[in-house]
Amino acid sequence: MTRGTFFLAAPLLMGIGLAGAAGTAAADVIELSISGHKFTPADVTVPANQKFQIKVTNNDQTPAEFESHDLKVEKIVVPGGTVTVTAGPLKPGTYEFVDDYHPDDAKGTVTAKE
Amino acid sequence: MLATLIIVFREVLEAGLIIGIVLAATEGVAHRGRWIAGGILGGVSGAALLAGFAGALANAFSGSGQELFNAAILAVAVLMLGVHITWMASHGRQMAQEMKAMGRAVVQGDRSLTAMALVVTVAVLREGSEVVLFLFGIASSTHEGAAQMLLGGAAGVLAGALVSWLLYRGLVAIPMKHLFKVTNAMIALLAAGMAGQAAAILAGTNMLPTLGDEVWDTSSILRDDSMLGRALHALIGYSDRPPGIQVAAFLVTLAALITLSKMVGQGRRITSSEPRSASPAL
Repeated sequence: MTRGTFFLAAPLLMGIGLAGAAGTAAADVIELSISGHKFTPADVTVPANQKFQIKVTNNDQTPAEFESHDLKVEKIVVPGGTVTVTAGPLKPGTYEFVDDYHPDDAKGTVTAKE
Repeated sequence: MLATLIIVFREVLEAGLIIGIVLAATEGVAHRGRWIAGGILGGVSGAALLAGFAGALANAFSGSGQELFNAAILAVAVLMLGVHITWMASHGRQMAQEMKAMGRAVVQGDRSLTAMALVVTVAVLREGSEVVLFLFGIASSTHEGAAQMLLGGAAGVLAGALVSWLLYRGLVAIPMKHLFKVTNAMIALLAAGMAGQAAAILAGTNMLPTLGDEVWDTSSILRDDSMLGRALHALIGYSDRPPGIQVAAFLVTLAALITLSKMVGQGRRITSSEPRSASPAL
């Protein structure tokens, strides 16, 4: 079930660890912003089976909590703040995320495609 | 108001379950009410302080500050639960005897209480800062329903406290002979679950290898964002798609705690056979 992803992930991890932010290709970062308790863009697509990063900027006056059980991430974003989370590798499919403080308004999806 | 109640309740639930177990595990220890109340108070003040520095914390350690902090306080809780388990292994038998002999009389247990108060502080601190930020967001917005929502928040906190109380009352209904066996098992699972969560958090920031991205997928049976899933997540670290490192940390911690408890328990039996022979009932 683990599909040998460890062997793929291990060298990748070392690469990221050693090179820091500079080592992460720009294409791997998805940028989202929150305004008026809505995500822009709300629906994004990422390549399946590889790690990626989501960078969330909160333009509202109130704190937000970027949370996704599907992606196993949970992080507070203060007003005007930006956070980055790492997620994946994902199997092809659609994964939901929300601002846990405004779950009815601020929600979106990540779609992983082969 | 209902939406706010549910959001706050979900955050408070985890700390509430832990406090319920801690209350049951320290049943009969002198001054435990004071210590645990102190632990809660410490957690709440810490949470308020933490909420104020949330932005700075998020930016610390190249953006991994929140994760590192969460993993660190989980590690502290695991250690303190370990201290309690070892303490119980050497004093639990005697404690149960004394309490049986004198009704629910109190016994001394300062060392264990310090550890358990810290566990409570950590549990409250972890979820509390999220609640504080959430309620602060509501209070500072000019939204006309703000008062209603704050009321919902307060109701959420109360509902969480009620769960704590119910779990505690349920546990202490267990006969004294078995109570500490049950609470010790729950505490060992709690500690192992926390160690697993800490490992998963660190793997999420690439500080630990994942050892396989998902060992199993039970999200079709029990999602970990359902209420039951959340409760099990708090109690034993349940995850519907755990990385290998989370499972490994859970198993290693559980094995270590069981071994430690057995070793201390045996050492105790050899050095003090007298109190045991005094009460054949145990």
